[in-house]
Parts: sequence; structure tokens; C-alpha cells
Amino acid sequence: MNDADKKRLLREMIFFRRFEDRTFEAYMERKIGGFLHLYSGQEAVATGVLEKARTGHGTDNDYVITGYRDHIHAIKTGAPAREVMAELYGKETGSSRGRGGSMHIFDPTVNFMGGYALVGQPFPLAAGLAMGCKHKGTDQIAICFLGDGANNQGTFHETMNMAKVWNLPVLFVCENNQYAIGTRIERTTAVVDQYKRVCAYDMEASQHDGMDIDIVMEAAEKAIDFVRSGKGPYFIEFMTYRFRGHSMSDSKGYRTKEEEAEWEKRDPIKIYSQRLIEQGIITPEDIKAMEREIDDEIENDIVKFAEESPEPRVEDLDKYVLDDNPDPRWIGPLQK
Amino acid sequence: MAETAYWEAIRRAHDEEMANDPMVIAMGEDIGVAGGTYKATLGLYDKYGPERVIDTPISENSYTGIGIGASMVGMRPIIEIMSINFALLALDTLINAAAKIRYMSGGRVQCPIVMRTPGGTAHQLAAQHSARLARMFMSTSGLRVVTPRGPLDAYGMLKSAVRCNDPVIVIEHEQMYNLKEDIPEEEFFRPLEGAEVVREGTDITLIGYNYSVHLCLEAARRLEADGISAEVIDLRALKPLDRETIRKSVEKTHRVLVAEEDEAPVGVGSEIIATVNEECFYALDAQPVRIHAADVPVPYNARLEKAAIPSADDVYEGALKVMGKI
Ligand SMILES: Cc1ncc(C[n+]2csc(CCOP(=O)(O)OP(=O)(O)O)c2C)c(N)n1
Ligand SMILES: [Mg+2]
Repeated sequence: MNDADKKRLLREMIFFRRFEDRTFEAYMERKIGGFLHLYSGQEAVATGVLEKARTGHGTDNDYVITGYRDHIHAIKTGAPAREVMAELYGKETGSSRGRGGSMHIFDPTVNFMGGYALVGQPFPLAAGLAMGCKHKGTDQIAICFLGDGANNQGTFHETMNMAKVWNLPVLFVCENNQYAIGTRIERTTAVVDQYKRVCAYDMEASQHDGMDIDIVMEAAEKAIDFVRSGKGPYFIEFMTYRFRGHSMSDSKGYRTKEEEAEWEKRDPIKIYSQRLIEQGIITPEDIKAMEREIDDEIENDIVKFAEESPEPRVEDLDKYVLDDNPDPRWIGPLQK
Repeated sequence: MAETAYWEAIRRAHDEEMANDPMVIAMGEDIGVAGGTYKATLGLYDKYGPERVIDTPISENSYTGIGIGASMVGMRPIIEIMSINFALLALDTLINAAAKIRYMSGGRVQCPIVMRTPGGTAHQLAAQHSARLARMFMSTSGLRVVTPRGPLDAYGMLKSAVRCNDPVIVIEHEQMYNLKEDIPEEEFFRPLEGAEVVREGTDITLIGYNYSVHLCLEAARRLEADGISAEVIDLRALKPLDRETIRKSVEKTHRVLVAEEDEAPVGVGSEIIATVNEECFYALDAQPVRIHAADVPVPYNARLEKAAIPSADDVYEGALKVMGKI
């Protein structure tokens, strides 16, 4: 990876942090409604894994799917940040035309196949995307990002079993931030190291530090190569931490200030900026300038686009329920 | 024309659709090597191989989800759920995902899956194998729900369901798989919308779907002997519902009865009568009647089971009541 790429990666992670911070503000101003789950603290995971996945090829990309904490995964996969912001604003120009909101970002033009609210639901959907790739004989893979809590759903076990039996090209990325809303993992989960759980399915698995993007990229590259080469599914676990509450209504009373402070020392952006400064690739002043540039882009391009975009029309309320242009041969009505 | 059993009609539709489009696959428990509980995929494993006729583990929610995921990238899975009772395990991926993905993606992603499953009572299968549940799917936006009453629709609607771009639930019936009918030997399609007047009449409209159409037809024959001319409508599709055919018939007969095998509360009959109220209330000359199952889990004991489930007798007597004869 050359210096320009390293700078770009740092810029992306800072952008993702600022993007989420800005959605927080917009939520406070009531411009964004519903549930809003922010990704701050976990940036190195999606950024690092997707850096090593095939993105930037439009519909030849790898398929990416995740839960409700999905803004950053969508953007890193290639969804325009403006459209993601417009979706949060509920606008017609949004990724999902204002019909989905924060938890349901979709962009099939880059193979981002959605954010889903039901914990654990994307496991089988991801395996299905992978089954489609395998069936069509492409070398695409499916990548499923989910939290630690999701692994206690039945879909986890059902899907790991089928993914393995059918040798599907799917990478499961477990973002272990150690909490499911306000419940710490030990209190609900018999085996705390999540990667160990898939040994029951004889699946390849590993666990890594999720706060250091270099470690994430190295591990992800190996796992992606494994899956793409047809060797079957892979389960990769990254240890990470979310810096904000679970969603907007969370006061974080379930964790100590000391614990938070410990993890903040391992802020993925700090770790990576420090490294690039030490390597002489960037200066603290460059980073300051980068931040100003990012804030300007977010404010004057992304937020502006969202604010100025039109709302969906009420007349279009029942659009997209079923196929709006069905072939009458299959649909009807019944001819006499 | 060829005399064809309901199960053979489904098998033929699978075979033709799989031959027509390599993206069509079948998934379900015991459907491959074993040929399917209802023989719906008999011989297809040998013909199309294990990658296209997939024996799944007993993991309804996730294999349905895998089918949905595959459909999002262009495949056309036909998912068999061995009994509609087990479809309850798959409601998360079906209702929370398949039914909503088109909408919540703003029309950008679709899930053209078909889920086939028998709903209905057979003989003493007891409470956990006798669910009907059509009403539950009927009340879910984003799904199509069809209820073929015989081989013609079982074949023609399954073929349409595979080609249609929406998630389609095909509700079959344990007691209809061996029902026979002459159907054309050349390929044909039957649309997924539109009720059908299967018997014309002038005095009363009997409305059924799936198995209950046969109860209505039997009752209509007996009413004829009493000098009452009953029109019978097969709804065919519960979602979207063909309100027009219902309205036209009731405006002609001025009397209506709905027969369903399910329990009454918040049921198909409730919906049809509400529809009649909205479409043609002033055409009614008599209070509508619903014929339905007793509001109990289906009992094992044969006598109790019979008492719980509506019969042609019940439809006949219900019709006499609407006619003011009892
Ligand atoms: C099926 C289901 N049950 C419960 C919830 C409520 N819920 C939303 S997020 C969440 C915790 C999930 O934790 P985890 O998988 O670790 O993801 P994280 O939020 O930490 O990223 C719960 C219980 C839900 N959305 N879906
Ligand atoms: Mg978590």
C-alpha cells in the first residue's frame, strides 16, 4: 500500500467519524427521525475489511449486507454519502428513496444489499447472496457484517451449518463490541470468544484486534482470499468498541467511564494517524487541514443535498409494495 | 388434455420452469433424493442435480432466508415448506425480509421467491399439523398469496409465480394432492390475480378459496335440488383480492356466504364481508354468513375434529339460513 492510499484510508476513517457526528446533530435538530445507530469507534473494521474486498466495480462488486448500524458499510461499499444522508433525512433522493431510513440503506448499483433491523436476519440472506454468486459461477463473494449479539440467534447456527455444508463463498465478519445494547456479552453468551463458536460447524475462523486497521486489512485479505478461492465460508471476529450509545436514546449507564477511557486510547483513528505521522507520511497540520476539508464537504455538499432534496410524494405511498410494472401474462386479471 | 393429479401438476410446473430458466432452483426438506413429501419434485434431483434441487436441513427460517438472498441476486427459488405450521418458523425472513425489501429499498431490490406449502386439516393430524394461516399471509403487505383449488391452477399459477417478480405464497392443501383434473398438455399460465366464477347462479353467492371451494360446489349441487341457484366464486388469490368479481356477483344474487377452513376471528371471511360492505352494501337482501372452523386448536379425536372443521353440510345449511329457509 502506497503513501497516498494510506492517507486516503485515514481520510476515509475521519470522514466516517465526522459523518456520524453530523447525523447526531441532525437528529438533535429533529431533521432525522426514528432509530439512529452510529458506528463511531468501529471504523477500522468496515474500512479495513472492505478495503480488501472488491468494491468500485459497480454490480461486479462483492455483495455486502449488514444490520441497522449500516451507514458506513454502505458508503465504503460505494453508496454515495449524499444519498445515504438524504435517506436519513427521509428524502426521495435517498439511497432507499426515503422509504427505508437509517436502518435500511440499500444500493444495488454497488451491491450493497441492505441494512436490516432484525438482529441475525442478514446471516441467511448473506448465505443466499453467496449461493447466487456460486450458482452463476462468478468469483464474487458475500460479506456479512454483524454484531456479537446476533450470534445468539437461531439463524446464526442454521446459516453456519448450511454455509459450510454447501461450501458457500461467504465471509461472516463479527464486530464484537462486547455489548448488545446495554447487556455485556458475558451475561448472555456462554462462549465469549465468538470465533470459537463456529468450530461446531468445522468452519475456518479467526479473531483479531479491530481497532488497528493494518491488522484488520491483513486478516481480512487472507480471509477474503480463502473464500474467493472456493474453499468455503470463513468467520472472522474483530474485537472493537462503540464509542457512542447503542442508539440515540442510550445513556451508556451500563459501562464504566474507566472502561470507555481504556478503549478510547485505542481509537482506530488515533492509532492510524499516529502511525502515519511516525512514518512521516502525514503531519498533524495535514490532518487538521483534512478535517476542515471533510467538514466543509459534509456541510456544503452532503448535508446541503439532503436538506434541499424533495420529500417523497404522498401520491406515491403505495409504490414499491409489489412490482409496479408487472408482466400481465403472469399477473392477470383472469381472462374469460 | 391429460388427467393430472394436483401433485403431478406441481411437479410438471417445477420441471418446465427449471428447464426453461437455469436460475430456477427448488429448496426444501426431503425434496431431493427423497422426491418430496408430496412428490412435487419427484425425479427432479436426478434430472437437475443437487445444486438445483436442494435438500435443506430442518432450518425453515434460514433456508427461506437463503432463498431470499439468492433471489436478490437474480435466482428464482421455489421453496417448499413441508407444512404451513412450519412456515411459522420462517415468518421472520418471509414477512420481515421478503415482503418488505422491495419497499424499504425504494423499489431498488426485489425478492422473486415462491414459497409453497400445504395449509389445512387432513385426517387427525392434530393441532400442530392442521394450521391454515392463509389470513396471516393475506394481511401482509408486499406478498402475493394464491390458493389453487385444483391441478389447473396448481400448475398454471406455480408457473406464473416463478416468473413473477414478487414474493408469492402458494397455499396448497394436504387433502388435495391426489385430486385429479384434465389439463392441457401444451404449456399454459394462469394469472396470479383474479377470482373465478366456477359455477353461475342467481340466488346466492358462495365464496371459497383453496379446499373450501369444493365445499361450496358440493353445497351448490344440493341447493340446486332445493330449487336454489347458487353462484360459486373461487377467490384464487387472497392477495391482491379481486373485489370486482365479488361485487358483481353480489349485485346479481343479493346474498352472500363465505366459507373458509380457518378460524373466524380476523379471518378471510371477515375481510370478504368487509369488502362486500364497502363495495355493495345496499345490494344485500340478507345478512351475510361466514362458515368457518371452531375457534379451537384442531383436536386429534376424529369426532371432535369433524365438529371443529366446516363441511359441505355446514355450507349448505348456512346458505339455507341466508335464504331465510331455516
Ligand atoms: C430479532 C431482534 N430482537 C431484538 C432486537 C432489538 N435489538 C436491536 S440491536 C440489539 C443488540 C444487538 O447487539 P449486537 O448484535 O452486538 O450489535 P451492536 O448493536 O452491538 O452492533 C437488540 C437486542 C432486534 N432489533 N431484533
Ligand atoms: Mg455488540
